[in-house]
Amino acid sequence: MSTVSVEVGHPSVQHWAEPGHPDDRSFLRKYVFSTDHKVIGCQFLILSLVFLLIGGTLAMLIRWQLGWPGTAIPGGGILGEAKAPGGIILPEFYNSLVTMHGTFMIFFAIMPLLVGVFGNWLIPLHIGAADMAFPRLNMASFWTAVPAGLIMIASFFVTGGAAAAGWTAYAPLSAVPEYSGVYLGQELWCISLIVLGFSSLMGAVNYITTIVNMRAPGMKWMRLPLPIWALFITAILVLLAIPVLTGALILLLFDQTLGTTFFLPPDGGQPLMWQHLFWYFGHPEVYILILPAMGLVSEVLSNGARKPIFGYKFMVWAIVAIAFLGWIVWGHHMFQSGMNPYLGATFMTSTMIIAVPSAIKVFNWLGTIYKGDIHFHVPMLNALAFVAMFVIGGLSGVFMASTPVDIFIHDTYFIVAHIHYVLFGGSLFAIFAGIYFWFPKFFGRMMNPTLGKIHFLLTFVFYNLVFFPMHNLGLDGMMRRIYDPNQYEYMVPLQPMNTLISVAALLLGAAQLIFVVNFVWSLWRGEKAPPNPWNANSLEWTLPSPPPHGNFVAMPTVYRGPYEYSVPGREADFWPQDEPPAEAGRRSAGREGVPA
Amino acid sequence: MNWNWLLPEPVSTFGSEIDSIYYLILVITAVIFVIVEVALVVFMVKYRHREGRRAEYSHGNTKLEVVWTVVPFILVMVIAWMSMRVWIEAKVADRGHVSEDALPLRVAAKQFEWNVTYPGLDGELDTADDFVKRNQLHLPVGRAVRIDLTSEDVIHSFFLPDFRVKQDAVPGMVIPVWFQPTAVGEYPLGCAELCGLGHYRMRGSVTVHEVEAFDAWMLQEGQDAAVETPAPADTAGVDLEAASTAPAPEGNHPPSHQPASEGKERA
Amino acid sequence: MSQAATMGAARPMEGMRVYNLKLGMWVFLLSEVMFFSSLIGAYIILRFAHPEQWAEPNQVLNVPLTGFNTFMLICSSVTMVKAFAAIEHGDQAGLRKWLIATIFLGAAFVGIQVYEYIKLVEHGFVPGAANYAAEGGPLYGSTFYTMTGFHGAHVTLGVLALIFTTVKAFRGKYSAQDYGGVEIMGLYWHFVDLVWIILFTIVYLI
Repeated sequence: MSTVSVEVGHPSVQHWAEPGHPDDRSFLRKYVFSTDHKVIGCQFLILSLVFLLIGGTLAMLIRWQLGWPGTAIPGGGILGEAKAPGGIILPEFYNSLVTMHGTFMIFFAIMPLLVGVFGNWLIPLHIGAADMAFPRLNMASFWTAVPAGLIMIASFFVTGGAAAAGWTAYAPLSAVPEYSGVYLGQELWCISLIVLGFSSLMGAVNYITTIVNMRAPGMKWMRLPLPIWALFITAILVLLAIPVLTGALILLLFDQTLGTTFFLPPDGGQPLMWQHLFWYFGHPEVYILILPAMGLVSEVLSNGARKPIFGYKFMVWAIVAIAFLGWIVWGHHMFQSGMNPYLGATFMTSTMIIAVPSAIKVFNWLGTIYKGDIHFHVPMLNALAFVAMFVIGGLSGVFMASTPVDIFIHDTYFIVAHIHYVLFGGSLFAIFAGIYFWFPKFFGRMMNPTLGKIHFLLTFVFYNLVFFPMHNLGLDGMMRRIYDPNQYEYMVPLQPMNTLISVAALLLGAAQLIFVVNFVWSLWRGEKAPPNPWNANSLEWTLPSPPPHGNFVAMPTVYRGPYEYSVPGREADFWPQDEPPAEAGRRSAGREGVPA
Repeated sequence: MNWNWLLPEPVSTFGSEIDSIYYLILVITAVIFVIVEVALVVFMVKYRHREGRRAEYSHGNTKLEVVWTVVPFILVMVIAWMSMRVWIEAKVADRGHVSEDALPLRVAAKQFEWNVTYPGLDGELDTADDFVKRNQLHLPVGRAVRIDLTSEDVIHSFFLPDFRVKQDAVPGMVIPVWFQPTAVGEYPLGCAELCGLGHYRMRGSVTVHEVEAFDAWMLQEGQDAAVETPAPADTAGVDLEAASTAPAPEGNHPPSHQPASEGKERA
Repeated sequence: MSQAATMGAARPMEGMRVYNLKLGMWVFLLSEVMFFSSLIGAYIILRFAHPEQWAEPNQVLNVPLTGFNTFMLICSSVTMVKAFAAIEHGDQAGLRKWLIATIFLGAAFVGIQVYEYIKLVEHGFVPGAANYAAEGGPLYGSTFYTMTGFHGAHVTLGVLALIFTTVKAFRGKYSAQDYGGVEIMGLYWHFVDLVWIILFTIVYLI
């Protein structure tokens, strides 16, 4: 069977590096304009970690202003007279900060980390392919993301500064320079995101084609590792959501530059149309930012608990359900926008329903570690933190889904707390888990576990000190995107809490340096990684670390699902997907996960 | 520092109903939160790795999974059902629950101020005795108020935290807002939607009077407005910088005159 | 080399009938559907909100001319099908002939559209409110140019891709076993054609 498969199922076998065959590609082809999905994944990793640091720095500036309003940032003079004279942040710069923090984190850090890095790293290896379906398109995807990022950074340095209409860029504020005081910056913001959209689109086309067409023999849909399911559904969401954003951005750009009036009411434009278009993209985007994280966490939890994932099928269907429901809930961002209240009631119902698959996932993760054999390695710690934090983010979502309660908490710090519990407590902990987990596979060296544990502990503590009190700020009525809360008398008593949050935020930021140090140090000095340091089942762990160009020397054949841990009757508590059952003893033959 | 999860005292009729849903959700989510987090910690401790122990080999339990699919579904549907009625009551201002004698007001938002048009003594808008106050909302207690909310430039959000009122003001749209104050006092009014560089100080005050006091106030202000000749310019805009530290600016504006302000002052 | 291996480096799994290039093109076209949907959706919203800004179809736009243009684009789809049918049977000469015909029709479509734009601008019909002299309101011109413009850009890109395909055809790169490049070119071309029929209906006729 396997010989037939090599020929019929996988002609890209011709790409495969032969063992011992010297890799004679030039440095440029190997590391810069590489078409190797692993290298592209690493490129995305470096790029998005840089943007994560930039976004984090912007957050520090925001927290400085909120913690100590109107005082000079030590050394803040370098920001320039137009932004922060003498180190004191100006309101217009503050608006740019909140806008660009959101933009960088969502579009240039979390999204490329989850989709760009783990999509590239994992898809071909997990499904047993030599590379992506379209390797050159893959390279183009990365090299399109780079100029998009550069344009976004450049917008800080043009006259009028960077975009300042919020990451949601509500028109008319975003469309008319006289309203925001931002000129070229807002246009560059649109252009950058349009360019980035092309990058995402190329990635999505590649991922979908690869997952559908290039699975190794025996890699049935219901044997796919959950990260691949999540990335597959995510790619579909990207594919269908990004073009809507691109369309909306183009209309906005025309309003800014060509004198059209799509979103400008004096000439019949519809400001709410921007919101509908934006959130029609924006809500699937929310799931683009969390589904892959859920997939990574499932993988790590099952591995760390040495136990099959609880309810694999329910997990898959939960992902699919979230992706479908994600298209009919966008209006819950607009309950207070002036949209018809009856329509709001409809959106409330669909939004409430989408809480159910998320609940299923949380309970199934609990089921996974129940009666497990839990190894607290660094990826596992981060994955457990994901579960603990995602619960908070998910539950706080119920408050804003309830339309009457949303009247109060909409656009307050409660929302800020919620989004950060999902995107930081959720996605970012999953990303940390994923990086610690797969770093050895792609760089050939282990990350230092002691530094990893210190980083995790400090991040977990300071993270909660930053974002948990934000719920309270919101419940006391503190709005988002307020340059100086003390303008409002009723917010003056909130200042101590704001200062506490800012102190914790600065410490949280500082703690990330441990990760950076660990990352860089481990690249060169880390302990050499064995092929399978976590005793994991999926296909990439059968390969050397790092895998050779072309990945698999011989076509792998898959005999079972990826979560066959602690199977009774086997000496080892793991069972690689490509290990033929004959070696494994007959006791478990015919059981679930084993080909009948 | 206020670590409790209580909302500020509500001072509108539907405010306490909104709060009761909030507290219901708070209780439900708190219970789920505690269950999940405790289970997580207990499992972590109880099933930590020890030599010679093996994890149980199980792929799940369909019965359990159906339970935790159905139970959350029922819970959220109950919450949605309970929310629905209060939502319609709070947000729909053109149905029977808003009394006929509601005080009609017009609030026009612009960068960065709230202009409130009062009907004057005749109780009707668009008549000669209308007058405009900037950043000041004066209301009688125990009487519904119905506001036509508009914006002249960008999207603002009309936020009265104590009344549980929040509604975006959208240029090109007139959005009805209603509520009924239940307690006399001074309350904040703020802008909750990023609207430009002065967003953070686009605030005003709400003063809820006893009915007689409100009538007297309306009478006084109406007369002042009638006496005051339409000035070619007013102090608005000039004191915007001062406004960032001083209390909310006050002033009378004859209705014929757009309250002047360059709006988007640039430093 | 097997047929499938040359059509995009990798062949589908057993049971999968769609090779990579073709699947990739279908997937890409789905995203194109969403892109045009967003523009058409915006158009519908704006037009329902402000019907008074739209002039009667024949008042500003030259419907017969564009009707002819539409006919040409439909013809180009037919020639594209012919090109594909030719190479399926290994008919190299037929492939080249029909590809050139398709290029000619596609380029003519773009040319007529440019001519139409020039005439409309002379007439004072421009996007937005500035210097607006024609019938209808500012949204009319804005939506017209945005929608037809993005379609025109797609046709232009399609013509360039057709030229690229034709050059390859003259170099004999396609065969009865390896026609993936022609097939996905055709998919894209038919899609652009289909979008135009929808746009023509809602922009020019309704």
